[in-house]
Amino acid sequence: MCLAVPVQVKSIDGGEAEVEFGGIKQKISIVLTPEVRVGDYVLLHTGYAISLIDEEEAKETIKIFEELALLEDA
Amino acid sequence: MKVPEDERILLAHGSGGKLSHDLVEKGFLPSFDNPLLSRLDDSAVFDVKGRLAFTTDSYIVTPIFFAGGDIGKLAVCGTVNDLAMSGATPLYLSTSFIIEEGFLLADLARIVTSIKQAVDEAGAKVVTGDTKVVNRGSADGVFINTAGVGVIPEGIDISGSNARAGDAVILSGPIGEHGVAIMSEREGLKFASPVQSDCAPLNRLVSDMLDVSREIHCLRDPTRGGLATTLNEFAAQSGVGVLIREDAIPVSDAVRAACEMLGLDPLYVANEGRLVAVVGPGDVEQLLDRMRANKYGRGAAVIGEVTDDHPGKVVLRTTLGASRIVDMLVGELLPRIC
Amino acid sequence: MRFIDEYRDAALARTLVKRINRHSTRPVRLMEFCGGHTVTIMKHGIRQLLPETVEMLSGPGCPVCVTANGDLDKAIALAEQPGVIVTSFGDMLRVPGSRSSLQKARAGGADVRVVYSTLDALEIARDNRAKKVVFIGVGFETTAPTIAASVLKADEEGVANYCVLSLHKLCPPVIKALLDSGEVKLNGLVCPGHVSSVIGSRPWEFAAHDYGIACVVAGFEPLDVLQSVDMLVGQLERGEPTVEIAYSRGVSREGNTTAQKMMARVFEPCPASWRGMGSVPGSGLRFREEYGKYDAERVFDIDPGPTLEHKGCICGDVLRGVKTPLDCKLFRVTCTPEHPVGPCMVSSEGSCASYYHYESA
Repeated sequence: MCLAVPVQVKSIDGGEAEVEFGGIKQKISIVLTPEVRVGDYVLLHTGYAISLIDEEEAKETIKIFEELALLEDA
Repeated sequence: MKVPEDERILLAHGSGGKLSHDLVEKGFLPSFDNPLLSRLDDSAVFDVKGRLAFTTDSYIVTPIFFAGGDIGKLAVCGTVNDLAMSGATPLYLSTSFIIEEGFLLADLARIVTSIKQAVDEAGAKVVTGDTKVVNRGSADGVFINTAGVGVIPEGIDISGSNARAGDAVILSGPIGEHGVAIMSEREGLKFASPVQSDCAPLNRLVSDMLDVSREIHCLRDPTRGGLATTLNEFAAQSGVGVLIREDAIPVSDAVRAACEMLGLDPLYVANEGRLVAVVGPGDVEQLLDRMRANKYGRGAAVIGEVTDDHPGKVVLRTTLGASRIVDMLVGELLPRIC
Repeated sequence: MRFIDEYRDAALARTLVKRINRHSTRPVRLMEFCGGHTVTIMKHGIRQLLPETVEMLSGPGCPVCVTANGDLDKAIALAEQPGVIVTSFGDMLRVPGSRSSLQKARAGGADVRVVYSTLDALEIARDNRAKKVVFIGVGFETTAPTIAASVLKADEEGVANYCVLSLHKLCPPVIKALLDSGEVKLNGLVCPGHVSSVIGSRPWEFAAHDYGIACVVAGFEPLDVLQSVDMLVGQLERGEPTVEIAYSRGVSREGNTTAQKMMARVFEPCPASWRGMGSVPGSGLRFREEYGKYDAERVFDIDPGPTLEHKGCICGDVLRGVKTPLDCKLFRVTCTPEHPVGPCMVSSEGSCASYYHYESA
């Protein structure tokens, strides 16, 4: 029930946005994340975007994993 | 079957009188045309030599029309496939319709066309049938029952109880497509390219497989309850354990995404054009080659093996390398899926 | 699937597992609060991969599971009133209340509809002006802002026949109550990732400062959970409990202030009854006076009848981390997903459902 799926905003129309996830398109509410822009990724929960996804942080996290992998293998 | 766009089924169409006869003669007969049916006797009469396989299924799927098929195609493929899973060549089918008063004749025409196409592809014939009409509200559009009869070639003994330790488990293609196609339609999920039901007649794939191997021990099409349920049935019937590898199970990206959104597990989602085979290990290579050469077996892959360990249970080795038990489906994942 | 597949990479997972196994020297007990984390752990067999020094306990982070029988009875009583359409998230339907369930009420003729979003419930309200539409508001801070948003929208559009039964719960107060009870000695907490997207990581700081509990805010993919366990082990090995954010792509210290404000506009904290824990101060949400006309408890005179608990059901103990589903005499015997006795078996995020579906081999 706290399931939230990362989706990408494709277009915005007032308090609504069209988003895409793995080829699936949906219309959702963005009233909780009014600062969102087209191209941004958001966490979708029960039809609402509840948070923006920070792509830089996401990349950083994967980088950390990859560095750890190198350390472990050494 | 040509009909005016807004003409509808009436109670009288099911009464056995003039309208019924018109429906059969102008509606069904031209599409299913064959000597056995056209006699329009109470029974179809024929000679068959050999061991027979006989099966029946009822189809209540909603929505009636979906990406990749409709209730008519499903009604034929489901029954043809049940015959094929015994190794039988499908010969004759019956089709019985229970239609709700008010159903559009044009929709019935579409369904009849689908049935014809599927039956022709399978190389079988519809030789008998029935039509009843019920009051508005007493059925959901249309329900179809099909029964089928087929002949099993000599020397073939395929059964869910024949699996033995060391056998390989082969899946004919990616899972979850039928269930996702139906659910997407119901939930109004819009895809950039919609997931199509995998609904297909598999009898020719099975006969191709029988051409190259006599070590096919079990065959089943993982319909309601999905792959997980079918594997559990084999494990229980044969008293063996089944071990499968998560990273070996083919699932398309679109199905993965839809399952993620809908909260479904692909292992439990219905398929209508796939089969699972449990085969002797020596025949795996030639079976895979032959299956991949058939249009309904292109994605064929070995997904696991049969073992003496954990008899009656199916174990999944996860992508992370841990092992967990995969149960049969409990409850109802998706109602009215077929 | 972007932001999902990368966090399921098996090779990277094995690295994290190796690291945890290498670093962990002292026995630690970690609680994953959120049902979603329990699912990830069970589904991927993560417990099997961790060293013996790391013990994982499941917590009360399943909003359906912690809804008290008495509250569920209220929802069922509403469904049985004439002229009412009850809308609810799917998980609530099969949970057994004292005498019935929403699903049974529906089979008996009540108009109960499963919705995926309050947006759907509002749509139903617009299409059925002659009826009263009640949304059963179950959820944590992830969901409460969406409910608040729906109330504000109803108010803006004049959808006067829409109301909400507020059964929302707040997470930090119940963690405090668990720690205060001293029933389970915890060393670390895997903090709920999506709740924290809304409330930020700040509300967990009390656990580290006042109780010495290591805290990491975690995402829901296997790499996220493994990374969080690795970070918790690290904090505990160093003896430096603090609050770290592993789920940095979705969580900041301050959280989503727009969502917080919207939640605070419509609701205010109040005591709430948690299954297995009784009343926990400040852990629930009730309507503010200003939006009282959308409060189902004010709109209706609800008589839920006497509250009964199911004999032998230890969902409460499981939710507090005191027992596991395997300790329950009913588990797999009389309590199964098909015939559930308690909510932990019904909810997709319930511990018992996870243990049942993802039994380790």
